[in-house]
Amino acid sequence: MNKIIVSLVASALVLGIAAKTQAADSVTLLNVSYDPTRELYQRINDAFAKDWKAKTGQTVTINQSHGGSGKQARSVIDGLEADVVTLGLAGDIDALVQNGGLVAPKWQSHFANNSTPYTSTIIFLVRKGNPKGIKDWDDLVKPGVEVITPNPKTSGGARWNYLAAWGYAEDKYHGDKAKVEGYITALLHNVPVLDSGARGSTTSFAQRELGDVLLAWENEAGLVIQEFGDNFDIVVPSESILAEPPVAIVDKVVDKHGTRKVAEAYLTFLYSPEGQEIEAKNHFRPRDPKVAEKYAKDFPKIKLFTIDQKFGGWSKAQPEHFNDGGTFDQLYAKR
Amino acid sequence: MSVSNATREPRWVQITLTLLALLVLALFLVLPLATVIIQALSKGVDRSIATLENQDTLSAIRLTLTVALISVPLNLIFGLSASWAITKFTFPGKSLLVSLIEIPFSVSPVISGLIFVLLFGLRGLFGPWLIDHDMKIIFALPGLVLATVFVTFPFVARELIPLMEEQGRDEEEAALVLGAGGFRAFWSITLPNVRWGLLYGVLLCNARAMGEFGAVSVVSGHVRGLTNTLPLHVEILYNDYDFVGAFTAASILALLALVTLILKTALEWWHRDELASSRH
Repeated sequence: MNKIIVSLVASALVLGIAAKTQAADSVTLLNVSYDPTRELYQRINDAFAKDWKAKTGQTVTINQSHGGSGKQARSVIDGLEADVVTLGLAGDIDALVQNGGLVAPKWQSHFANNSTPYTSTIIFLVRKGNPKGIKDWDDLVKPGVEVITPNPKTSGGARWNYLAAWGYAEDKYHGDKAKVEGYITALLHNVPVLDSGARGSTTSFAQRELGDVLLAWENEAGLVIQEFGDNFDIVVPSESILAEPPVAIVDKVVDKHGTRKVAEAYLTFLYSPEGQEIEAKNHFRPRDPKVAEKYAKDFPKIKLFTIDQKFGGWSKAQPEHFNDGGTFDQLYAKR
Repeated sequence: MSVSNATREPRWVQITLTLLALLVLALFLVLPLATVIIQALSKGVDRSIATLENQDTLSAIRLTLTVALISVPLNLIFGLSASWAITKFTFPGKSLLVSLIEIPFSVSPVISGLIFVLLFGLRGLFGPWLIDHDMKIIFALPGLVLATVFVTFPFVARELIPLMEEQGRDEEEAALVLGAGGFRAFWSITLPNVRWGLLYGVLLCNARAMGEFGAVSVVSGHVRGLTNTLPLHVEILYNDYDFVGAFTAASILALLALVTLILKTALEWWHRDELASSRH
């Protein structure tokens, strides 16, 4: 307690945070990330700092900012000096290319696997014992089932949810567009509230006990089970989307800060066996085959389709489904 | 009926009304506040103290105090000079100035924050110039202070203007006639006359400065340990599923407000004789 009082008094006296002078033996990075990676990057940052210190003798401090993926991209465009961005979907990093050229246009080929060191997918979280008997996407449109998902306008996770459902319906109805739209309309009809972000939806479902099923990132569902214990069950649908949250170096910022080398090493570390292991432990699907094998039991086998296969990539899916007047707007009005 | 009774209402009316007021107070003020503190302590005092020793929480507290310590004095000086000018002098555009002072009250805090993003953001009006001169305003301390100053702009002035208006200019004019300079008249007459109103304005200003969420959220960038003020940190902890931490931080915020309130009451109590004589 004493420490707190002393530091309070000290800070009151000092008035103002003195500009932090950066010595050559230490370096600071800012990682601007999306909502559900809070726990992941806390651990990655500690591990990377140790690794970097051992290799170079330099102390690296990594500062974190989290929020909805789209909102975070907006902040970086407005001047939040992120050395690296680790966002929910490629479209949000493309925005950094289009607005002010903060990131080089070919960012997605800079790191392996489309610059996505880990993947995830969309699964269901239901209340203990699965009282409504939800097993697959079809069960979500049954009368009396309440589905919790965030708003695709503001949330990256929600866009993956929407496209996962769409992709399933497309397979089921063999591409019959009217039937696919009918399915999505019925699904939206069962959504009582659209939170603005994935974390908001999770707290609605887990803490405020709203709804029967939460459409969630696999990593987010794993975390809920870990945090809230035995109140929930995970349900794995027959088919889902391969969600690829990408990473990129913000070229303009690292050139200004002179941090390109360490930023590069930081994002490369995400692909290292140690990084991959941390990601797996935090319920993200690792890319490294060896690590993937080791944690295979944590990640049920699902038939996964990619956004490129079914939707022609984000540059096509975004305007078609989520921009003003897209399918989401049309079907939400009809529901 | 005793003389001290200001109304002639029957006793039961008085009691019912008092109870009603107390009930509303308990329901809407005490209960939520108690819930916050109970939640904070729900997993034991140790867990709450652990939150307080967390570096990010400490830096959020530090940042909140820093922002308040810069913006409150600024608004004290501004509010005092504005109300002095408005009430003691006649000049064209006076009523315009009065309405301008009130703008922050009528504008949503989110817009107050966005103004600064549009002005000082990378793609804003002054953004390129700031970059060239290697200066940071938004997503850093200056932006947080600017947003807070803007939002708490009217508190001191709104408190002082009616008070000064009521007191008129007679005493100052007398002082000037007797040979005092303008500054002397201000220092020995105007200021002592309004010091209680001033104190109240400063306390309100301070409470809002420490508690502001919307405007600050827009210009913060939410970097942990660097640009998160205490109210923003509460939200972050809540979204981290750290409910004990969130409510502990919220309790600290409530405690800071309570300290200001106690300070005000104590000051009033120390000077109660003087206060009574000025309120006849």
